[in-house]
Amino acid sequence: MSTDTTPDNAGVTTLTPAVVIVGAGPSGLSAARELAPRVRGEVLVLDRESAAGGIPRHSDHPGYGIRDMRRFMSGPAYARRLVEQARAAGATIRTNATVTGWAGERTLEVTTPQGRLRVEAGAVVLATGARERPRPGRLIPGDRGRGVYTTGHLQNIVHLQHGKVGRRAVIAGAELVSWSAALTLREAGCATVLMTTEYPRPDSYALFNIGGRAFFRPRIATRTRVSRIIGKPDLRAVEIENLDTGARRIVECDTLVLTGDWIPDHELARAAGITLDPGTKGPLVDSAFRTDRPGVFAVGNLLHPVDTADIAAIDGARAARSVLAWLNGGSTPDGQVRLVAEAPFRWVTPEVIRRGDPAPARRRLLLWSDRFIPFPRVVLRQDGKVVARKRLWWPASPGRVFRVPSIMLASVNPRGGPVSIGVED
Amino acid sequence: MSTTDRNRTANGDASATFDVVVIGAGIVGSAIARKLAGHELSVALLDARDDVGDGTSKANTAILHTGFDAKPGTLESRLVREGYHLLSDYAERTGIPIERTGALLVAWTDEELEALPGLKEKAERNGYDRTEIIGPAEVYRQVPHLGEGALGGLTVPDESVICTWTTNLALATDAVRRGVTLLLNRRVEAVEERGGTTVLRTTGGDVTTRWVVNAAGLGSDVIDRMFGHDRFTVTPRRGELLVYDKLARPLADKIILPVPTSRGKGVLISPTVYGNVLLGPTAEDLTDRTDTGTSEKGIAFLLEKGRKLMPELLEEEVTATYAGLRAASDHSDYVIDADARRRYVLAGGIRSTGLTAGIAIAEYVAGLAGEAGLELVPREDLPEPPRMPNLGEAFPRPYQDAARIAADPAYGRVVCFCERVTAGEIRDAFRSPIPPAGLEGLRRRTRAMNGRCQGFFCGAEVGRLLESRGACVPHENREHGGERRSPEARR
Repeated sequence: MSTDTTPDNAGVTTLTPAVVIVGAGPSGLSAARELAPRVRGEVLVLDRESAAGGIPRHSDHPGYGIRDMRRFMSGPAYARRLVEQARAAGATIRTNATVTGWAGERTLEVTTPQGRLRVEAGAVVLATGARERPRPGRLIPGDRGRGVYTTGHLQNIVHLQHGKVGRRAVIAGAELVSWSAALTLREAGCATVLMTTEYPRPDSYALFNIGGRAFFRPRIATRTRVSRIIGKPDLRAVEIENLDTGARRIVECDTLVLTGDWIPDHELARAAGITLDPGTKGPLVDSAFRTDRPGVFAVGNLLHPVDTADIAAIDGARAARSVLAWLNGGSTPDGQVRLVAEAPFRWVTPEVIRRGDPAPARRRLLLWSDRFIPFPRVVLRQDGKVVARKRLWWPASPGRVFRVPSIMLASVNPRGGPVSIGVED
Repeated sequence: MSTTDRNRTANGDASATFDVVVIGAGIVGSAIARKLAGHELSVALLDARDDVGDGTSKANTAILHTGFDAKPGTLESRLVREGYHLLSDYAERTGIPIERTGALLVAWTDEELEALPGLKEKAERNGYDRTEIIGPAEVYRQVPHLGEGALGGLTVPDESVICTWTTNLALATDAVRRGVTLLLNRRVEAVEERGGTTVLRTTGGDVTTRWVVNAAGLGSDVIDRMFGHDRFTVTPRRGELLVYDKLARPLADKIILPVPTSRGKGVLISPTVYGNVLLGPTAEDLTDRTDTGTSEKGIAFLLEKGRKLMPELLEEEVTATYAGLRAASDHSDYVIDADARRRYVLAGGIRSTGLTAGIAIAEYVAGLAGEAGLELVPREDLPEPPRMPNLGEAFPRPYQDAARIAADPAYGRVVCFCERVTAGEIRDAFRSPIPPAGLEGLRRRTRAMNGRCQGFFCGAEVGRLLESRGACVPHENREHGGERRSPEARR
């Protein structure tokens, strides 16, 4: 199973797996499942939580596993299945294992209740995911009252710790994760009195949206932000502002859930000095999931904050091939073209394209749009010329990933300058 | 935790007549109680709140001042200078984290540049002669990420950053170990003279004492009036601060101070001992002595200042926003005075420099009280000062300590991932002489939930540990590769 040796004089145990994967969520576990039967050494998955499975563990509603497992299952069931698959494939999963830093190119320092570890791996896969920006990061002024949560905090309380929240909630955000929060609140006996979104329309999947609305009938205030938090020690109300008129009013509530506004958990990548993409704030990668540190790969919502769990899982599975190639001494093709997002797109990933590399996962480029466009005409420009133009029959919508077929890259000059990706009205 | 629980653990018996009651368990009050308890006296430390250090002492810029810019000749100047050395020594003995970062005053205008020689001379009059005036090239060499337009600077190599929470807790813990009775949840509502003793009518019952020391911070003027004085008024001055993520720390390795001008002191950028970077504070006079909320205006002001001072800093994540209330008074100096007739000493008008000056203020107060008739017989049997848990990034923390983890696995179980706080540290906080009363107290003792996720990952777990008072560390996998099945897995 494990490659434990005895602790050294400093009390540190050294492990030497073939691959270490940081994060036992959908992307990390999928990478482990694909790698474990194919590599000669150990595949070790480290997770700081006390249970493996990642965010789906506490998203107790259906909608998971659609694109990777061709099933429709609940978050916890999906998480369990991913864990079982990785184990069955022969991967070692260690929980309560917090990676605290780097001790070399591909060597990690880890704290566990069983002691400090030094993990010297042949390859490292970063699958650390993303989190929602909390209240301070959103710079919402007011009191520091109890009752303000992110979706992750809320779902941890309700689904994992079986704790209590309030009775009247306002949800900031009206995207996919916001509905997930609404479902959790309902289970906890807390009514959602208002959802706010800064966008002109609530932007989640139509199915969810229509279904959700018929089910809950919450009021949705569009072009609205939470401008102040009122009440201490306990939350009493929030002040909301209409972004167009500037009109403000007070909404009484004892619970505020700040949803969406994802940022990747990139601390470990940054600590390694790995180049980040200023748009995603995650590691800059090519279509083979390579970061700019040799033998260090990145997958999942660390790269695209955030897409659905199944897409993260598919990343992990595909990255396994690149990790294997690296372990077998394969080299990175020469020459690269940088892909750059142009407004209204906030980011695009993968950011680097090389001739000879595999196509991006599901042959899709992933982008994030700040504006709703029903049928966007996507344009690629390189060295001052349009190299591809295509109208897509699905909308670009804020609050969810927008997918562009990577076939559009076919006419890009692999020796040319950066390629910008934007829209034409 | 219920209030009765708390009364059992940290609240002593208040029925006896004390020799001295110190009102206010902030840094100044805790230091005074500790100092007096070094003598043959029965001392109580009283606070209106449910924890020590829950008022002005918890929310300042956490700078250990040399006193270089105090007003020369004032009591404040003297006590800050003395306090700097006293607190430095005390920190060494108790493990209060300090980082000797040094400070740099940066001049952005000609007016500010011209003020530098005067500041250097003022520092010398305050007994501090290690400042140096430097040109713009040297400014940018020392702080490469500073925004454009700096014209010059003044170095203050001994300004340092310190943990204000640990300082307060160390002094209060030391006081308790010296036999001080800690009386929390007791707001003083009236004062009565009764035949050589003073009865403090509090929200938690009467407390009888021979002497009273008023170190009540924001409430010190109100208490002072209860003793028949009318000599100063506290104006709560709100200071809002933004705390940037630890990933920002390489940008600011020094305290970057504004040059004080006629328009006030301006905004600083400072590293913290926890590895973050502070931007602030604002300065806004209020009338409400409890309004520690942040404001839209304040945040906008700080962002505007920050954009000029260090544009790169604004690219980083803000992990906390908070506001502290400074007990500014209408006096330009500390107001410390003994009233022998009422057996009463006031330590009022102590602004943010009280963090540095606290121990020196305690020495001074004890001296005044002694002169006014309080009998001070030193004790021989004093316990050693406590060793405090380290919250500083510059010193080893339990999660890094292989030997400690091997001896006690709780130090290897990281509960708060962002700040790397272990279950062992949370348990220790609850077993300490002054356990936390709630989440805020736990945060100040351990840093739990103070990080970038603000509870996204650990909030629920920390909340659960708070309810169980850190005692119930969940069953965890002892064998390698093990996994605790989540609650829903059992359904």
